[in-house]
Amino acid sequence: MVKDKNKNYYQSLSRNMILSTIIVSFTPMILVITILLQQYQVSFYEKTNAHLNELVQKHKQNIDTFLTEKTANIRFLAMTKDYETLNDDEFLQRKLQLLRNDYGNVFVDLGIVEASGLQTAYAGPLELENVDYRNAEWFQSAWQKDSYISDVFLGLRGTPHFIVAVRQNENGREFLVRATINFNSFNSLVQTLRLGKTGYAFILNREGAFQTQPAMDIPPDPDGISFLWKAVEKTRNKILITRWTDDTGEADLYAAGSLKHGQWLLIVKQKVSDAYADLRRMYYLALVIFVIGAAGIVFMANYTTRRMVRRIRKTDREKEGMNQQIIETGKMASIGELAAGIAHEINNPVAIMVEEAGWIGDLLEEEDFAEGENLKEFRRALTQINTQGRRCKEITHKLLSFARKTDSTLKDVQLNDIIREIVDLSSQMAKYNKVSIETRLQKTLPYITASPSELQQVLLNLINNALDAMEKTGGVIHISTKISEIEPGTIVIVVEDNGPGIPDANLSRLFDPFFTTKPVGKGTGLGLSICYGIINKMGGKIDVQSAVGKGTRFRIWIPFQQ
Amino acid sequence: MADGIETIKGQEMKREKNDLQAAAEGIRVLLVDDEEGYVNVLNNRLSKRRFQVTTACSGGDAIKAARKQDFDVAILDLKMEDMDGLEVLKIFNQMGLDMKIIMLTGHGSQEAAREGIQLGAFDYLTKPCELHDLIAKINEAYTARH
Repeated sequence: MVKDKNKNYYQSLSRNMILSTIIVSFTPMILVITILLQQYQVSFYEKTNAHLNELVQKHKQNIDTFLTEKTANIRFLAMTKDYETLNDDEFLQRKLQLLRNDYGNVFVDLGIVEASGLQTAYAGPLELENVDYRNAEWFQSAWQKDSYISDVFLGLRGTPHFIVAVRQNENGREFLVRATINFNSFNSLVQTLRLGKTGYAFILNREGAFQTQPAMDIPPDPDGISFLWKAVEKTRNKILITRWTDDTGEADLYAAGSLKHGQWLLIVKQKVSDAYADLRRMYYLALVIFVIGAAGIVFMANYTTRRMVRRIRKTDREKEGMNQQIIETGKMASIGELAAGIAHEINNPVAIMVEEAGWIGDLLEEEDFAEGENLKEFRRALTQINTQGRRCKEITHKLLSFARKTDSTLKDVQLNDIIREIVDLSSQMAKYNKVSIETRLQKTLPYITASPSELQQVLLNLINNALDAMEKTGGVIHISTKISEIEPGTIVIVVEDNGPGIPDANLSRLFDPFFTTKPVGKGTGLGLSICYGIINKMGGKIDVQSAVGKGTRFRIWIPFQQ
Repeated sequence: MADGIETIKGQEMKREKNDLQAAAEGIRVLLVDDEEGYVNVLNNRLSKRRFQVTTACSGGDAIKAARKQDFDVAILDLKMEDMDGLEVLKIFNQMGLDMKIIMLTGHGSQEAAREGIQLGAFDYLTKPCELHDLIAKINEAYTARH
């Protein structure tokens, strides 16, 4: 239960730490990235729009200039020559040649049209002399103005073209000088305008018909076109830049400006996704930076938190261990005092009992009893009282040792000498149990300050325990000494047997007073707790490792003189 | 193991018999212990071995007895209710008695015994002690006195 609680505690501790680290780190990162993106977006829009504006403005001027110039050419022709001169195929042919020399293939043909709609003179690739234009739309419109530029139409020739016409009044005689403009040369003015991957330009008339060949064959969206016309009219001939989402849900960026005195509309259309590709790239970059940053933050928050929590956990555990040790020591001490008290109290009655038994023994020696029938039985009972009394005595002595009141005079001791002595002492017993004792003692160990009799007691205890454990099986006891590498400033004594081992359940209670696995009457359960007390008092440490079926290893660390 | 103990016990019983026979005659012993049962039974056993035993169940009684009569050896428990054994020892010393003193101490209180020896006691035994040890020690003390 305690373990679970602790686990939850550390889990929620890590969670809180990770969360606060993440929040604290994320907030400024998100703020900075958002603000920067916002700023970038604003300036990007401004830049894109300015560029579009300039582009459309320039082309609009180019086209207007082109149209004005062509009109002016025809006007000049009409004004400088009289009707008679003009109304001559050969003259027109020469003029057409001159215009072509100057402007390339822009002019396709020239013609003179009378008020009746009849074309009286013609120069060009087609046979259009005497064609009657009375019912042609362009003719009707042109007749009402001084100069006129038609929309693009197929007309009689069946290819797209448009007409520039100038009305001339010569002494009351009115006629039109008209020229056909090569659609391709006009078209190239607009078609060269390309933007990014999807941006292209085209010209629309009021009805929404293409006046140029659009780069992409998309039918113009009528709603969009009327919206654009209205919007452009509102801007009063400035360039309109707007977005329009068509029926397919695709957003387009439109830049539009009116041409030809508000009759045509030059439109540059580009997909928003293409126009703002750089912006999108910037978004992606920001996203990548954010993701990498976030991953870094999350990883570091996790990593450092885990490390810190592990450290806290370790410290807590150490603290807990220390508390446990303090409790253990306290427990031992109080049990020791209690035991000593009991031992003292029991000593006297036991002594009296033993002596009384002795006294009966004395009396039995007298002749009156020598012949007694139950003499043997008396003797046996007395011996038994004596034996048991002695056992009591042993127990009380051990209890008193446990209370640390044995001969505890400190001396400078050479540990190896004591071990040799004890091994000698135990060798007879070991042989009897078919156990061999092997020692590996490091030469030139430093002296330790300790009570030799206490040290003997500890070692004897461990050896006796090992011997008892291997009573039936036999085995080997290894005893070694060396300067410890784990605990600096101490000598470590290892007493290891290959006996049956100690089950885990018993290991934790091994040093508890009165804990024994021996049958009643065979052990007091005090031996190891006494060892524990003695080693503790020396400022040393004792621990045990054991594996069932493999053996048991006791390690004792005793500080030596520096 | 159990057999081993039995054997030892057997030997000890024999030794006790020897003590019984070899007991010194007429050694005057003052036996001081506040445990009356213990004093009585020791009195019986020592008397049977022909020691002349006087008992005292407190420090005060012991001092009274010592005033009344000379003793060869005193057996003095160090832990008594009315008076510490060491104090009794000091008083005996002041009285200038020609008497060897053997102290009885509890197990683990050898410090007091050592102090006693510095104060002039002959030796000490740890209580509860074996009778034959006690007798041997009394004889030793007696021999040392003469």
